[in-house]
Amino acid sequence: MITQQLTEEIVADRPQALSPVDTHYCPGCTHGIAHRLIAEVLDELGVRERTVLVAPVGCSVFANNYFEVDAVIAPHGRAPAVATGLKRVQPDKVIFAYQGDGDLASIGTAEIIHAAARGENITVVFINNAVYGMTGGQMAPTSLVGMKTTSSPYGRDVKAMGAPLHMSELIAQVEGAAFVSRRSLHSPAEIRKAKKAIRRAFEVQLNGQGFSMVELLSSCPTNWDMKPVEALRWIETRMVPVFPLGDLKNVTPKSGLKGI
Amino acid sequence: MTKQLLKGNEAIAEAAVRAGVDAYFGYPITPQTELLEYMSRRMPELGRVFVQAESELAAINMVYGAACAGRRAMSSSSSPGVSLMQEGLSYIAAAEVPIVLVDVMRGGPGLGNIAPSQADYFQMVKSAGHGDFKPLVLAPASVQEAVDMVALAFDLAEKYRTIVTILLDGVIGQMMEPVELPPMQPRRNQAPDWALTGAAGRPKNGIVPFRLYAEELEVYNQRLQDKLARIAANEVRYREYLLDDAELILVGFGTSGRIALTAVKQARKLGIKAGLLRPVTLWPFPERRLWQLADEARGFLVAEMNAGQMVEDVRLAVGGQAPVKFLGRLGGMVPMPDEILDAIKSLDKATRPVPIIGTIAGSVTPLRRRMSVN
Repeated sequence: MITQQLTEEIVADRPQALSPVDTHYCPGCTHGIAHRLIAEVLDELGVRERTVLVAPVGCSVFANNYFEVDAVIAPHGRAPAVATGLKRVQPDKVIFAYQGDGDLASIGTAEIIHAAARGENITVVFINNAVYGMTGGQMAPTSLVGMKTTSSPYGRDVKAMGAPLHMSELIAQVEGAAFVSRRSLHSPAEIRKAKKAIRRAFEVQLNGQGFSMVELLSSCPTNWDMKPVEALRWIETRMVPVFPLGDLKNVTPKSGLKGI
Repeated sequence: MTKQLLKGNEAIAEAAVRAGVDAYFGYPITPQTELLEYMSRRMPELGRVFVQAESELAAINMVYGAACAGRRAMSSSSSPGVSLMQEGLSYIAAAEVPIVLVDVMRGGPGLGNIAPSQADYFQMVKSAGHGDFKPLVLAPASVQEAVDMVALAFDLAEKYRTIVTILLDGVIGQMMEPVELPPMQPRRNQAPDWALTGAAGRPKNGIVPFRLYAEELEVYNQRLQDKLARIAANEVRYREYLLDDAELILVGFGTSGRIALTAVKQARKLGIKAGLLRPVTLWPFPERRLWQLADEARGFLVAEMNAGQMVEDVRLAVGGQAPVKFLGRLGGMVPMPDEILDAIKSLDKATRPVPIIGTIAGSVTPLRRRMSVN
């Protein structure tokens, strides 16, 4: 007869920084994974109660509902500027912006580059799924060459529409950027690496080292017209060769920035 | 207190410092650049925030961010820069965070020129951005008045959680006048409870200029309109000059209001009973006072440095009770007192009561108190 007492241990739980609500994201979309990774990092670093999120315009416009942190929604592309304002007046707070590729790589290129140039001590999580998701799958600056979208029905033609913009490489060139990394969410192994990068980005901010950004290659099964598994495979086989993964910049300059 | 000779833009900047502004974000543009330059020296000196943004788009969004943290935040710009800020202003209005914006108007449209103008009355008063909202607009006519408005602007912005703009033309921004600066106010050390300061020991705060469902957005908009109605009911400000017995009412704001006063005084010397109403708040507009004045007035003359913008509001307020004439200079030209005096004389002539010359068919013909002019 077995009399041994079984002990239970929680091995997985909802992070405190993630609100206990359902998201509106489509099945197979990797926004949910990105959210969870960020929330886990905020919990692990113990900074949830002093974090402010700057949500963008796009699919993640509702991000303020999903993170259990203070949040504001910025105009399309302007999240780094709003984050700048928030951070400068309260440098002790952890400020992060969450932006998509239309937001960051198109309408907000000036804001992201200059936030990096100022060495703004904020963290940006950049979701690159190669399309405008919220508006229904139009061509983004990060759409692949030949990619058919609802606004490039004949495929992205380099002559007329240019080639994909490599934002992380661009930002990594900027002196004020302390940490720039591109990761992917297409497999458990890559997801673990993505989390490490996100953690590093927030640590850079906590150390006052300057601007940090993590680009996450993400899926959009709905607008790519693919099943979720197919979409993850498409990231791996089509996106990763165009947008190589890894840390593009990982330096530790002493931030000379001061707030109030 | 002693008076100092100060340039408008710099005086406004120092007044903001003394009103306890925590953060200034701006972008160079003539004729307001001295304000930015002054802040670049003064704010770091006091350990406060100054950032020269990459554009007016970014500047206004930095203001948005700092205001979300519950801090006193401001920017300044001039006409084309304010065009770029309109997106941000609309978000800020929807977010209901208090901010102050100084707009030193220049000639337009397009690149226009850097001369003083009032051509952005419509832009600021009627359409500061997309959607149904209005900033509270203050219009100074001297450097001293501009200085006195700055602390008021922050107080009103915070009282109503709204945008307050100080709308002046390049004359007031650029000229030097003796001014008495207010004493240094202590900065607020506690953020309001709605501010985004981190959800420590409280539920999270959200500043969300977004309502997905029409039903929700209508309720939200109605609430916003209720707030604007409270502002309209309580915050109308204007100055009256020689209006007690005035038959001809001049209306002008800012620099043109000030020049109109000179013309009014000249008209008085000629025996013409002219007076001036100078709106100090352009929104809310002193429409009730104008309606009252219209009851007794023979006519109105509106002088502006534009093609006729505020005159539309004067006509709405007067409601056809009396003729409303307009005198405007364009492209950065400033009206001379003589030009306005000539217009007063014409108005006087055109609206002079016609003597009763008889009756028709035994009945008394009601003589109009005033004749209509176009």
